Amino acid sequence: MKHLKAINRKARWIEERSGHGDSSAKAMADIPFGCSTQLDPGWEVDSGGGTYGLCTPVERDLYDCYHSCYWPAQVPDALTNFPEWTSTCGAPVHDWSKIDLVFP
Amino acid sequence: MNYITELHRRFESEGVPFVYVSPSASILALDGVSASVLDHFTDGADLEEWVTGHDGDEEFKEQYEVFEGLVHQGLLKPEGELGPVAEALPPMPYPLTTLVLNVTNKCNLACTYCYEFGEDKLADALRKNGDARRSRMSAETARQSIDFLFENSTGRDQVNLTFFGGETLLNFETIRDAVLYAKERAAECGKRMGFALTTNATLLTDEIIEFLVEHRFGVNISIDGGGEEQDRHRTFKSGKGTYEEIAPRIQRLIAANSGVGQPIGARVTLTEGAASVRDTYQHLVGELGFDQVGFAPVTSAPGRDYALASASMDALLDDFRVLTEDYVEAALENKRHGFSNIEDLLRELHQGVNKAHPCGAGLGLLGVSTEGDLGLCHRFVESGEHEVGDVESGIDQEKRQQFLIDGHISNKAECQTCFARPHCSGGCYHEAQVRYGDASHPNVHHCDWVRAWTDLGLEAYGKIAVGNPAFLDRLDGDPGAPAGAVMEVEV
Repeated sequence: MKHLKAINRKARWIEERSGHGDSSAKAMADIPFGCSTQLDPGWEVDSGGGTYGLCTPVERDLYDCYHSCYWPAQVPDALTNFPEWTSTCGAPVHDWSKIDLVFP
Repeated sequence: MNYITELHRRFESEGVPFVYVSPSASILALDGVSASVLDHFTDGADLEEWVTGHDGDEEFKEQYEVFEGLVHQGLLKPEGELGPVAEALPPMPYPLTTLVLNVTNKCNLACTYCYEFGEDKLADALRKNGDARRSRMSAETARQSIDFLFENSTGRDQVNLTFFGGETLLNFETIRDAVLYAKERAAECGKRMGFALTTNATLLTDEIIEFLVEHRFGVNISIDGGGEEQDRHRTFKSGKGTYEEIAPRIQRLIAANSGVGQPIGARVTLTEGAASVRDTYQHLVGELGFDQVGFAPVTSAPGRDYALASASMDALLDDFRVLTEDYVEAALENKRHGFSNIEDLLRELHQGVNKAHPCGAGLGLLGVSTEGDLGLCHRFVESGEHEVGDVESGIDQEKRQQFLIDGHISNKAECQTCFARPHCSGGCYHEAQVRYGDASHPNVHHCDWVRAWTDLGLEAYGKIAVGNPAFLDRLDGDPGAPAGAVMEVEV
């Protein structure tokens, strides 16, 4: 088309089909295979469904964050302010929900 | 009939106007004519009124073609008409592509939970059946998991095993056994196998390096930067820093892998007071030789002492902008750049990825605990609430399906008005679970940042589309092809 150019693959795909009278070729959601891309919160599979583009190891980082401020995400710090924060939690992932809020 | 625009984002790169169409994830380049047509209908306009009086008008005919194109691309629609609805769920049971095997809960560094919550503590946590949890996955459980993967991956040409920990290499025996067994099974089933592993690199030996390279592992190394950065938080139990220990090991891995295996990636966690992203990138790529570097910024509840101030997130965006400019500069010269955050974003933008779910958890991917329990992903393994069966008795399909229904984009009201929805889709389930106590809740605390990052990605995409469109083909890849494989460009 003279004044409107399809740039990415999806736009080209839709354009090709619309040219053949396939009016259904617009705006459908896909099934994702990979992890959420934003902020690299995980890395299970990449956008192609493989494992080659993986990055980010994060499991149970709650305690990483808490003990050493390695990743002080949504958690208090054990080093100075809240040494007893996880005293009600015996095993990290299993019963993390027992950990309560803190109020600095 | 009135026509009106669907959700979209207009942007400009190198003087060329573009539009990103959210319902389809299409990216279109405009010119003066198409931009004016889009302007005309942006707030809604009557079609017949617009057409009237233009019979035989050649110039108008071109405008009308633009109108039709915009309708086909999902950008214009009759006012009041509902947009196309994504299928609620793919046909279930959905075949798996990937299992994440949690081969150990133990770690040899002092910066992890295992320092305090070691083997004894873990042994106290019981499985649903009352059995004590194990700190290591046995070779038998790994083999069972592999059998489970092959049984549940009908129609997949390739399946993947990802090894996860704890520190994965503390249980290299199980990894080795699992890889050899999986290859055997793959040959029987006529499927391809992919392997990946994440490690802190402290236990990399020449023997392990040889094994990883031979089996073409996708290796990701957790490292925070140069000596000072790395040793600030990532230490042995003695308190000794790890950089001196891991740097030569990483270099040996990279040297052995060069030209043979998959790209070796670094994963950097950014903490308050960390060095600039660009300095860290340059150290990891320039000094250590990593192929790719991905950054995971810290996020936090607002108002807490430990929260990363919004100014820091702004600064981080500025840092990402600088690295993105470097990436674009390299792309314009057909050169490779390893800033993987932007490359992942550009790949999704180029392919027009439009997600009904933020990730593959519970769809193509499941996590497996050391005992063989199935979790929605590696982060939910051992969380009873999110357990979806085990490798012996199979998937709890009802529970899996309910999770996928709850997590569907159509159930996230906040996302319906966001242009960045196609590739964000509400963000990480686990983060939502921790933050809101509900895995299906959109991560609204990230919204502004995600939109700004998406804008940055769109602008970079436009620059490459104008300056070196051929480069974009490298972001194509076949569906299911290794992401690393599409970046065969000059170094």
